[in-house]
Amino acid sequence: MPVQLFIFLAVVSIASSLGVVVQKNPIHCLLALILTLITIGALFVALDAVTVGFLQIIVYVGAIMVLFLFVIWLLNLQAEPVPIGHLGLKFFATIAVAAMAAELFVFLSKTRTALGEVNVAAGYGSIDSLAQTLFGQYLMAFETTSILLLVAVIGAVAVARRALPVRASAGSPRPGAPS
Amino acid sequence: MAIDLLIGAIKAIVILLLVLNLSAVLLWFERKGSALIQDRVGANRAAIFGIGKRMGLPNLGLMNTLMADPLKLFTKEDFVPEGADKFLHALGPFLALFPVLVTFAVVPIGDAIQIGGRTVQLQAASINAGALYILATIGVGVYGVALGGWASNNRWALLGAVRATAQMISYEIAMGLAIISIVITFGTLDLQNIVHQQGGVWFGWLPRWGIFLQPVAFVMLLTAGMAESKRVPFDLPEGESELIAGYFTEYSGGKQACFMLTDFAEVVLVAVLVTLFFFGGWQVPWLYGDGFHLGVHQLLLPRVAVVIVGVLAFWIKVVMFCWLQILVRWTLPRFRYDQLMRLGWKGLVPLGLLNVLVTAFVVVLATGAGR
Repeated sequence: MPVQLFIFLAVVSIASSLGVVVQKNPIHCLLALILTLITIGALFVALDAVTVGFLQIIVYVGAIMVLFLFVIWLLNLQAEPVPIGHLGLKFFATIAVAAMAAELFVFLSKTRTALGEVNVAAGYGSIDSLAQTLFGQYLMAFETTSILLLVAVIGAVAVARRALPVRASAGSPRPGAPS
Repeated sequence: MAIDLLIGAIKAIVILLLVLNLSAVLLWFERKGSALIQDRVGANRAAIFGIGKRMGLPNLGLMNTLMADPLKLFTKEDFVPEGADKFLHALGPFLALFPVLVTFAVVPIGDAIQIGGRTVQLQAASINAGALYILATIGVGVYGVALGGWASNNRWALLGAVRATAQMISYEIAMGLAIISIVITFGTLDLQNIVHQQGGVWFGWLPRWGIFLQPVAFVMLLTAGMAESKRVPFDLPEGESELIAGYFTEYSGGKQACFMLTDFAEVVLVAVLVTLFFFGGWQVPWLYGDGFHLGVHQLLLPRVAVVIVGVLAFWIKVVMFCWLQILVRWTLPRFRYDQLMRLGWKGLVPLGLLNVLVTAFVVVLATGAGR
C-alpha cells in the first residue's frame, strides 16, 4: 500500500470516528460511523485482505448501520443538550486522558514500527484462501459458530413473537377484542 | 506509470459518460415508449428554430427531454424546507447517485485490447473480487434515499424513506443470493473471467450463456434489481397517491434531477448486471478471437473488429434490458406493501436459498470438488 494512501485513509478514519463521539445529532454520528467503517474496509482492501474488506462494507455498512438508522428513527432520538457536568470531574478526566496519551506516546516511540515490505503469499486474503482456511482448518469452529448464531436468531424470534391467542372460552372475551 | 494513470483516467471518464448519457437517453426512451404503449403522442415540443419541421421530420421531443428539461431543472430555485437538516438535505441526492455510478468501475465492457504493445482491459478497475464490490456498493446506496427523506423534515418524505430503506435491504438479500449462485456456477468473483467463461458454444450452436445454467437466478436478479431501482411496480417509496412523491417530496431543481438520474442509472445498472451474468457480457454468439465460426461456416475478422463488435454487442444488450424494464414499468400496476414484502421474504429469499443449495450440490457432483 502506498504510504500516501495509508495516511489519507488513516486520517479520514480517525477524524470520522472522532465525529461519532463529538457530534450531538445521532444521525450525524451514524453517518460518521459509516464513513469510519468504509475507510477501515478500504484499509483492509489495501492490505490485501480483499474479502474481509468488502465483507466489512457489505455487512456493517449495508446491513447493521441500516438497523441503527431504524432504531434512531423508531426511538425518535433527537440532538440532546450536553449536561455541563462537574468541574472536578472534568479536571480529573483531562488529567487521565493526558496521562494515557503520554503513556501511548512513550510506548509507541520505543517500539520499532518500521517493518518494511512484508511479503505475503500469492492469493493471500482472496476468497479462495479464506475459504480453504475456514472450511478446512477451522471447520469445527465455523460450524459451531453458525449453530450458535442460528440459536440466537431463533431465540430472538421466540422472544419477539406475540403470545399465541388463548382459545377463547365461552363468556370470556379475547384480550384486546372490542367489547 | 504516468501513461497507466492516463489510460485509467480515460477509461473511468468514458465509462462514466456512457452511463450518464444512457441514463439521460432512457428518460426520452421512457417518455416516448410510454406514449407508444398508451397510444399517445408523447414529448413533441421545443425544437431549435423548427429545423426538423422545415425538413419535414416529425418532432420526436429530443430537444425538450435532453436539453430543455435539464436546463429547466438546473435553473430552478433550490428549495430547502424550514427545519430541515441543511447538510444532510444537500448530501442526500449525491449519496444516492455516487454508489450507483462507482459500481460501473468494475464492469468489463469489452475484451482486452493491445495498443502499442500494452494490454488494456476495457474495464475501469480490474478487481479480482468484482462481484463482492458490486454487493458492497449496492449496500451503500440505501443511505442517500434514507437520509435525504429524513433530512427533509416532512412526514411524507420520512415515510417514503422508511419504505425505501426497508424495501432495498429486503431485496438486497435476494440479489445477493442470485449473485452467489452465479459465483458458485462460474467459480470466480472476477467479472471479466465470468464473461470469458460464457464464450463458446454447447452442442455446436447454443451459446454458453449464464441464462441456460441459472434461469432461476436470472428471474431473481431481474426482479430484485427492479425493486432496488424503486420504479413501478415497486415504487411504493414514492407512491404519489399516498406520499406525494415520497422521499424526494421536498427536493427541487438540480437535487431532484440527481434523484431522477439515480433511478435511471440504477435501471442501467440492473441491465448491465443481467447482461454480464446471464447474457454473456460482451460475448457475441459464435464470435471467437479470430472471427465468426458456426459449424463449417466461418467469417474471419481482424482482432480490433472483434473487440469493437463485442463492445457494441454489450451496449446493445444493455439497452435491450433497459427497454424491457421500461416495458414492465408501464405494464404492471403498483404492488401493495404487504405483497411487496411477501414477495421478497417469502418468495425470493427462500427460492434464492434453494437455488444456492441446488447449485452447490450440482457443482460439487459435476466437478468432484468435494471428496
